[in-house]
Amino acid sequence: MTNIDTGNCALRTRGLRKEHGREASLVRAVDGVDLEVTQGETVAIMGPSGCGKSTLLYLLGGLDRPTAGEIWLDGQDITRLSERALARLRRDAVGFVFQAFHLMDELTAVENVELPALLAGRPPRAARRRAEELLERVGLADRAKFLPTQLSGGQRQRVAIARALVADPLVVLADEPTGNLDSQATSEVLRLFDTLHQAGQTLVIVTHDPRIAATADRMISMRDGVFTGQTMRQGGTSGRPGALCGLEG
Amino acid sequence: MGRILLVRRLAARDLRHHKAQAVLLLLAITAATTVLALGLALQGVTSQPYQQTRAAAKGPDVVAYLSSPGQAAALIHASGVTAASGPYPLAYTVAEVNGHTAGAEVEGRTEAPAAVDRPDLTAGSWVRPGGVVIEREFAEALGVSVGDRLTLNGHSFTVAGIAVSAAKPPYPNICFAGGCEIFLPGVHPKNTGLIWATEPDAIKLPVAAEPLNTYVLDLKLAVPDQAQAFASRYGPGPSGSSHIGPGQPSGASQASSPILVPWQDIAAADGLLVSDEQTVLVPGAALLSLLALASVAVLVGGRLAENTRRVGLLKAAGGTPGLIAATFLAENLILALIAGAAGLMAGWLTAPLLTKPGAALVGAPGAPSLTPLMVVAVPGVALIVTLASTFAPAIRAARSSTVSALADSARPPRRHGALIGLSSRLPVPALFGLRMAARRPRRALLSAASIAVTVAGIVTVLAFHATVNASAKTIGGSSGGLADPIVSRDEQVLTVITIMLITLSALNAIFTAWATVMDARRPSALIRALGARPGQVSTGLLAAQVLTALPGAILGVPLGILLFKAVGGHQTASPPALWVVATALGTLLAVAGLTAVPALAGTRIPAAQILQSETA
Repeated sequence: MTNIDTGNCALRTRGLRKEHGREASLVRAVDGVDLEVTQGETVAIMGPSGCGKSTLLYLLGGLDRPTAGEIWLDGQDITRLSERALARLRRDAVGFVFQAFHLMDELTAVENVELPALLAGRPPRAARRRAEELLERVGLADRAKFLPTQLSGGQRQRVAIARALVADPLVVLADEPTGNLDSQATSEVLRLFDTLHQAGQTLVIVTHDPRIAATADRMISMRDGVFTGQTMRQGGTSGRPGALCGLEG
Repeated sequence: MGRILLVRRLAARDLRHHKAQAVLLLLAITAATTVLALGLALQGVTSQPYQQTRAAAKGPDVVAYLSSPGQAAALIHASGVTAASGPYPLAYTVAEVNGHTAGAEVEGRTEAPAAVDRPDLTAGSWVRPGGVVIEREFAEALGVSVGDRLTLNGHSFTVAGIAVSAAKPPYPNICFAGGCEIFLPGVHPKNTGLIWATEPDAIKLPVAAEPLNTYVLDLKLAVPDQAQAFASRYGPGPSGSSHIGPGQPSGASQASSPILVPWQDIAAADGLLVSDEQTVLVPGAALLSLLALASVAVLVGGRLAENTRRVGLLKAAGGTPGLIAATFLAENLILALIAGAAGLMAGWLTAPLLTKPGAALVGAPGAPSLTPLMVVAVPGVALIVTLASTFAPAIRAARSSTVSALADSARPPRRHGALIGLSSRLPVPALFGLRMAARRPRRALLSAASIAVTVAGIVTVLAFHATVNASAKTIGGSSGGLADPIVSRDEQVLTVITIMLITLSALNAIFTAWATVMDARRPSALIRALGARPGQVSTGLLAAQVLTALPGAILGVPLGILLFKAVGGHQTASPPALWVVATALGTLLAVAGLTAVPALAGTRIPAAQILQSETA
């Protein structure tokens, strides 16, 4: 494993490629992507469905392996890591937020949030304490004992965000985090992401919703597996994401 | 009519689309029904070889045991008697050969062939001075062949020939018709066989402890079917001689009336060779049916879980709940009928192999006749097993919401707060395993039941061996190391049943593991996304299976012992504790091994792929 000094860079890719199929049925889901995300930055990757943005996110988080290229996360090229080391990386350095929430239906909100801490081998009490803190932070302290089926979509996504934060990750990767939510729930989630941004959390959000992209420091457009454009937004969400994306009256 | 055609088409297409699962279902049900058919087919399966032996050995219709030769005249001249041979002296002796010691009834015969009861020589020649003929099953147990030497009550003889007879049940059931009168030290009636010698040789054998006081008279009747009536008329009473068990004196030497044994009683005693097998096969079939029930339930449950979207599509296209239920029931019941028929044929055709008449009889048993009971019971059990395991999931599928079925949402898992709390204190594989096991209590119950049945089957075999060993010790030195053909047959049958139990249980473990892995795809992918290693996930799935198998393995031990006691009566022994522990542990290891393959295969699919497909 090689460690390099990446300076202020939390995440960097070079010539990243992911191919599916062969010959005539070959699909380049990600085709030569170069990306740098600095610490504390919020990057939104936008594009239509099937453009490869979710695949890119899974590659960045070490959930899938690229066909070619490099991914540097936390100072190491994760494409060369073993499954074991990748698992450790996902546990310690990455937090995932999924469109479908992916909460365990049989676990309560607090049990879902503490799960990564238990997987990391933290003592149960410490894991529970941390989970309760995070639920309070996302405004769901009173819903800690609720099952996912007893929560609204927005509340479920906030539980999923709390779970992504439980290990204090270097970067949170969110895949269409508001894709399954209504306007009000989207507003709640946007507000939460803004809080995280203010706290210096590095965020990479994949979305096809311009309202959420508008809250990012930088918006990257993607089509057919390649980056087609980039827009810098000064000051990010500036603490009023709802106003920015027109969700607040 | 159109509705029936539609159900048929849908069922056929689905079966064609899931060939492997259909084959596994067929295998599971066929295994159970084959054993059931075998158990039912054994009824009367030896009658044909006995008839062939009776014809070849000019078997008597009635065998009379007399206390003096003078009793013969009245019987020879009795109404209905067309021919007779004897009376022949019958000496009770101790035979010693090849280091074996056994009891031997030595019948003194003329060197000329008799009109009735002419033992059919299968090797060597008939009796001569100093040369004896041994009943074939007994000869095999003693390990002697023509030309060998043996001693009878200390007198040395040459084995002149080996023969089969229809006048006495073969070793080791010689005393089951006509009884035995053996008071010789170290000789057990179960360890006694039949030997023919010349009359002068037989007369010189008796010792003071066992004087010569029994004579054998073989009678041929004008109407052989009236043998039982003849025996009742001229015998000691309505109970006749057939009620005299092993080790009991025949009474011929004590009572004035002769003991008469009709050929039907001898044929029934010959059937004892098979009756034990039947006693073993019927509960064995019940165990296999239970296993098949568990296998089919898991398999059908898994198939229906896979078919959720198909159910949604059918409903969206206008399919009624009745049509959905009928389609699933139809395809599984068709498989059950095919498996039932296959099991019936397999059992019917293999019955003669399992019930080979052995050395005591000549000829082959042939396939037994298909009785109405077999034809109805075997496919009936297949249908009941399938219906019992398919009905609930089929109705559940029919009642499911179209929208959620189209979304292919998995059946919500069960929550067990106490287990979740407990598991949070455990290492990651155990945490995941316990939570996975607790998600599907019905499947866990079926898995535990299946393991319990398997362990019970193996423990039954061990208990059988322990009982055989204990019985050999009880008989003491008298067994002389002689092989018991009935025990050998029981061992063969038990081995066949155990292999089928283990095979079916292995199939069941694979079904359950496959269903668990399928069900755990999303949580497995999720916890991998949250930082669990693939090894931890596969170990967790393995732990889930072993945890559910554990109570089954523990419960199977007393279940097996109780089952054997129920089948074997009071004279049963418990197997050694070490064997039992090894069985339970070995079963758990086998479950772990069988789960490892699908568990490892499950973790090879990238987590991203699963999570993305769940999102889509």
